[in-house]
Amino acid sequence: MKDEPGSTNLFTKLDSAFVRKEPFGLVLIIAPWNYPVNLNLVPLVGALAAGNCVVLKPSEISRGTEKVLAEVLPQYLDQRCFAVVLGGPEEMGQLLEHKFDYIFFTGSPRVGKIVMTAAAKHLTPVTLELGGKNPCYVDDDCDPQIVANRVAWFRYFNAGQTCVAPDYLLCSPEMQERLLPALQSTITRFYGDDPQSSPNLGRIINQKHFQRLRALLGCGRVAIGGQSDEHDRYIAPTVLVDVQEAEPVMQEEIFGPILPIMNVRGMDEAIEFINRREKPLALYAFSNSSQVVNQMLERTSSGSFGGNDGFMYMTLLSLPFGGVGHSGMGRYRGKFTFDTFSHHRACLLCPAGLENLNDIRYPPYSDRVQQLTRWALGSQSCTLL
Amino acid sequence: MFYAACCHSLLTMTPGAISTPISQRRKLRQRRRAPCPRSHNRMDPFEDTLRRLRETFQVGHTRSAEFRAAQLRGLGRFLQDNKQLLHDALAQDLHKSAFESELSEVAISQGEVNLALRNLRAWMKDEHVPKSLATQLDSAFIRKEPFGLVLIIAPWNYPLNLTLVPLVGALAAGNCVVLKPSEISKSIEKILAEELPRYLDQSCFAVVLGGPQETGQLLEHRFDYIFFTGSPRVGKIVMTAAAKHLTPVTLELGGKNPCYVDDNCDPQIVANRVAWFRYFNAGQTCVAPDYLLCSPEMQERLLPALQSTITRFYGDDPQSSPNLGRIINQKHFQRLRALLGCGRVAIGGQSDEHDRYIAPTVLVDVQEAEPVMQEEIFGPILPIMNVRGVDEAIEFINRREKPLALFAFSNSSQVVKRILAQTSSGGFCGNDGFMHITLASLPFGGVGASGIGRYHGKFSFDTFSHHRACLLRSPGMEKLNAIRYPPHSPRHLRKLVVAMEARDCSCTLL
Repeated sequence: MKDEPGSTNLFTKLDSAFVRKEPFGLVLIIAPWNYPVNLNLVPLVGALAAGNCVVLKPSEISRGTEKVLAEVLPQYLDQRCFAVVLGGPEEMGQLLEHKFDYIFFTGSPRVGKIVMTAAAKHLTPVTLELGGKNPCYVDDDCDPQIVANRVAWFRYFNAGQTCVAPDYLLCSPEMQERLLPALQSTITRFYGDDPQSSPNLGRIINQKHFQRLRALLGCGRVAIGGQSDEHDRYIAPTVLVDVQEAEPVMQEEIFGPILPIMNVRGMDEAIEFINRREKPLALYAFSNSSQVVNQMLERTSSGSFGGNDGFMYMTLLSLPFGGVGHSGMGRYRGKFTFDTFSHHRACLLCPAGLENLNDIRYPPYSDRVQQLTRWALGSQSCTLL
Repeated sequence: MFYAACCHSLLTMTPGAISTPISQRRKLRQRRRAPCPRSHNRMDPFEDTLRRLRETFQVGHTRSAEFRAAQLRGLGRFLQDNKQLLHDALAQDLHKSAFESELSEVAISQGEVNLALRNLRAWMKDEHVPKSLATQLDSAFIRKEPFGLVLIIAPWNYPLNLTLVPLVGALAAGNCVVLKPSEISKSIEKILAEELPRYLDQSCFAVVLGGPQETGQLLEHRFDYIFFTGSPRVGKIVMTAAAKHLTPVTLELGGKNPCYVDDNCDPQIVANRVAWFRYFNAGQTCVAPDYLLCSPEMQERLLPALQSTITRFYGDDPQSSPNLGRIINQKHFQRLRALLGCGRVAIGGQSDEHDRYIAPTVLVDVQEAEPVMQEEIFGPILPIMNVRGVDEAIEFINRREKPLALFAFSNSSQVVKRILAQTSSGGFCGNDGFMHITLASLPFGGVGASGIGRYHGKFSFDTFSHHRACLLRSPGMEKLNAIRYPPHSPRHLRKLVVAMEARDCSCTLL
């Protein structure tokens, strides 16, 4: 919360220059269903820390959590400056007609556009944490078992319903041959021979998404998994091969425990493939060669980047979390959240007297005065005073 | 206007036009006057330019520090080589004095260029961040990346400054840039369109011209960032257009900037400071004090002081002073002349249509509902509203939209600090006008209806950069990861939670 001092120029040496962090006012946080506690509360922490009043709109889809947030959470906060509002798309549309001083939205790009358009009517600043298809490049120079462990953990965590999960793999056919048995071995290690009975594998949030994902199982060819159970909303940890770029599994964000593999002939082709598409929220590159990893980083763009691992960076609060392009705008976590929900007000406090010093800026002007003024303005890094 | 814009775009699209000898320029001008062919489809004069710039960006042309520095140096040379031309153009457009042109247009722009050149490599560097126990052996950093194709839309009041200062940030950050200067400040627009591209690499920079209709067409295209300076009304249009493509924006807008004058003040000092900032550029400044709030007693002391200041600054006949600007065009002149009818003219009030001249004016006895207290004045007119003290001033200010700037004058620093603490605005200055915007170490931007985002100095570089979080881990050492994999155990979970905690916490386990 502290004022941050700014450096002064010659004109302002006797003044106090600083940036003051101020709350925006009334903040709206719209949260999704996949990490319903985390993605409600982490933005809330920043909004409260920054001194705002908050309206929280949890997802109506994750009903269990929604209930707890609506009934229990307000008991722990001062309800004059905090409220939970409930409802579906229609209620949210109504909510968005109102003026807020900041809107923080986590969800799909499609709804992100709706939120930003509504915000524009009131010139409300926004943070949009969206999504996309996060590519995961696997170089030939790799240990396939290690890669399989790491990719699988991040892919099947929360049954794949993670905005930063690796969405699809890019590797050579040769690497694919080595990866498949490694992935099978990993899946068995993690979830046992019957993943449906493992306590460590999640389920799909609702029927609509279950049906969507089950349809994706028809793309390409199932190499691992592929089972599903409608009553349980269960989809097995699945790997698809021989997929075409035009198929749905390579068009929409998967958001489920399905991992398609696309073949490329090397890093260049992978980069070209990635850059033809929307900038993703996350991008991964696996290689024993740090040069390869750095090339992937250099020649692409994404919200964030993981080399030789999945979204481990999410555990570091010193790194900003946010998207770019269609995967979002703005960032948060840790201090970045506080800054997101604060207006940074530039302040300069000048002495009320000492008016003689100001004479050189007043008309009528002379050439010498102009020179002096120009020099004084530009003196921000000089050490004369 | 559409045909002229279309052909102007053809003009700016001409690749490799680094130097255009006179005969060639004449030919280009002739081409410009010729009507563009009409097609049955709505012509898009921007598509080719935008595609060309995007392609340049894709191949990574703008990424290296050397390239960016060369662009910035080119911008610096543009300012140096054309200084007189620019001064003349500013005089033509706004009757700016050489002093004002130098101070608020050329020197500011040059200063930003120099600052960016000095700091470019430091700004571009990866920022390493503190790590947790789990990531101690990894490389964790924030990488600054250009967004890609950036659109800068600039206004007419500081047509050089408000075009070039954002441009410095966009180029330093490695973007390709489309610049849309205001068509209202015609002389500067011409120099920016004809001279500026010669100093920059035209495969990644273009100037596009036109009025509201062309700007609307331009906004239908997808950009990776849009930087807009202008009115809140148009700001909403820009943000709505940006929303269709999920394009992030910075909107530098405006509002009515309140200026509170406490009873505990030296009226002459206040008059000097307020008048200078109010009448600078004939009041056409987004951060100028827009109206005064003071007690009737203070008003009585201020009025003679203001008159004295105005006479000192501009002489007995301000219209003949070389140091007073003119209103940009007839439309704004008429708008301002109508405002002279609000309240009662205490000082000034003269106007001259042929000269687009409005005298430095102070209005008193104004009502809150009158137009002069409703719209942003943007002219050399200063209304005074009476309040009975700090509390009433704060209450008045807070009833209204958050302004771009807020000013408070008092000998008591407590009063100044109270106004600061109990209001909000883009920026704030105690006991002076918009001096705070001369400091590149302070961010410049609005809040609420006065804007979104900020820039100047490093803030410009950061505005035009995507800050990409990066974590590079070892491809080996897989044993360390075992505790995170299923099947899970409470012991593993405990270890993981501890390992994930920030390293710089006060616990001293390690």
